Amino acid sequence: MDMLKKFSRSSLALPLAALALLLLFNAIFVDDFFKIQVMDNGNLYGRPIDILHRCSSLIILALGMTFVIATGGVDISVGAVVAISSATCCVMLGGDISGIPHHPFFLAILCSLGVGILAGIWNGTLVAKFKIQAMVATLILMTAGRGIAQLMTDGQIITVYYKPFAWIGDNIPGVMVPTAMLIALAMIIFVLFMDRKTSVGLMIQAVGINQVASRYAGIKVTAVLFAVYIFSGFCAGTAGLIEGSLIRAADANNAGLNMEMDAILSVTLGGTLMIGGRYFIGGTIIGAITIQTLTTTMYALGVPSDCLPAVKAVVILLIIVFQSEKFKQMFRDRALRKKELKESGKEAANA
Amino acid sequence: MKFMKTLLAASLGAALVAASANAVCAKQITIGFSQIGAESEWRTANTNDVKAAAKAHNINLKFSDAQQKQENQIKAIRTFIAQKVDLIGFVPIVATGWDNVLREAKRAKIPVLVMDRDLTVSDPSLYVAKIGTDSVTEGKKAFNWLDEYVTKNNIKPRNGGDKLNIVILEGTVGASATTGRQKGFNDALNSSPNKDRYKVLASQTGDFTRQKGQEVMESFLKSYRDDIDILFAMNDDMALGAIQSIEAAGLKPSKDITIVSVDGVKGIFQAMIDGKSNATVECNPLQGDLFFTTAEKILKGEAVPKSVFVPEGVYPAEKAKEVFPTRKY
Repeated sequence: MDMLKKFSRSSLALPLAALALLLLFNAIFVDDFFKIQVMDNGNLYGRPIDILHRCSSLIILALGMTFVIATGGVDISVGAVVAISSATCCVMLGGDISGIPHHPFFLAILCSLGVGILAGIWNGTLVAKFKIQAMVATLILMTAGRGIAQLMTDGQIITVYYKPFAWIGDNIPGVMVPTAMLIALAMIIFVLFMDRKTSVGLMIQAVGINQVASRYAGIKVTAVLFAVYIFSGFCAGTAGLIEGSLIRAADANNAGLNMEMDAILSVTLGGTLMIGGRYFIGGTIIGAITIQTLTTTMYALGVPSDCLPAVKAVVILLIIVFQSEKFKQMFRDRALRKKELKESGKEAANA
Repeated sequence: MKFMKTLLAASLGAALVAASANAVCAKQITIGFSQIGAESEWRTANTNDVKAAAKAHNINLKFSDAQQKQENQIKAIRTFIAQKVDLIGFVPIVATGWDNVLREAKRAKIPVLVMDRDLTVSDPSLYVAKIGTDSVTEGKKAFNWLDEYVTKNNIKPRNGGDKLNIVILEGTVGASATTGRQKGFNDALNSSPNKDRYKVLASQTGDFTRQKGQEVMESFLKSYRDDIDILFAMNDDMALGAIQSIEAAGLKPSKDITIVSVDGVKGIFQAMIDGKSNATVECNPLQGDLFFTTAEKILKGEAVPKSVFVPEGVYPAEKAKEVFPTRKY
């Protein structure tokens, strides 16, 4: 009982409850929702795998976004950076039908990640050094980024026929679990390590709560801000590789489109506030999984295309209201009043 | 002497008439053309074709790129009016908001020819005609090809039932290409003598993108892996995404599931050559020649129909290899 009470007060309780409800709904209304098979080639196959596979890049983006939001900022350029990163990789590999890459694969991967970091440096410079508001600073790359990606691909969709490129989005032959999921897992472990075992997390929170006080406390505010944007750029670069590999092509128009919004939503669904300060890595991950589960649920139920966005919006609205401070307050008040009523009833009975 | 004078005058007059007639013939037609921008390979092919056709027709083309903004298009059209071009052509980026500027063109007595996209105006006489693709016919052709292919190859439902199950990947909700192709496909299906042979199992939007096409197909396959016989994708890119999902599900695209899509981009031709798709219905961006032929007719005062459609073919897989090198987009 005590453990349950403790859990219900933990920050993860509400995001987890929302996800659990969604999954319960699926278990009842969608046949074989949780069925996982092993295919002839040894790959795992099933809706739960689809969900985790498809949200891997979103989880990675959202991890970077969590730190940025924790410092009181926001990075709305990540979607465009995804497009640049996937374009970089595809352009370097080239669209030869023979499947022979123009440049070595590892070099293409390094360049994609490098481009992500470069984007992070750009954003970090504007926010940390020039003190431009994060929304405005990252807006620049958000609008320009897609144009840059289009310039790189010449406005065309470059299809890569080089086989190993598909391994990032699919499975490496002989490995059961999709590579994207493994990459996401590695990133989660890295972030949790930084959060738990180093003082980085504390510094980020401090900067998010009060920059001036943090500076007086000896925290290098500029360096912390710079670092979170670079990390966010790196995350976007990684996500770009996955997104490009999933479709084995660079689609500058659509790669990572609106993903920045999904990343922000994941972070907020996870309980982190946009004003900065405390953040919840676990909540962010659950938030990202919830968003993808919702999409998959809609497809599985066969919701007609024209009401898809509306249905999704209603569910998201419910989850957010359910998690809001006021709503929780209302519940606490009611519980308190009930308790008081009970006690006063007891007193009356005693008297 | 008098005779000589008459002769001279006559010959001079004749020469003058001939010269002026010559001048009329040689006067180059000037056409102002406003393109949306360059958002896709398809659009780039469309632009290049307009430019090439203008050269072939010996037309002085004033080309303006609107960079995806209606304001820029309106500005360009106003400039064309000020320059007194012979005819104005444009690809309307959105359907509405053209009444004022087109009225200005009408007042200046410059005919307007719309290309590729539809527009809504309060007075239909504001533009002479529209050149473009016919998305309803594209949908019809897709179904008719399917019906013929299934009959010819005697394709049986994989689940042993009596109906062939179709799944549809729709385009962006509300886009004219989506509604048109949907209508064409459904009309052809419902009026077909073989309509009892088919069943539409599921239909969902894939937003015309590879990624969504892949994701939605993945979900279709989870629900109906052993039931799906036919995939109709409203554009090639969604089909290309779906092919990857079908392979991931351990099925053979084009063999286990018959695939037909619309557009005719290079990627789908490559897929057909690799034996992964069955057919594509062309959505032809090469509209330049028809545009200038119609423009010349209008300037000569000939009547033209309000909608002029470019010819569009169906390319099955067996033709892919021979057609592929000639594809321009």
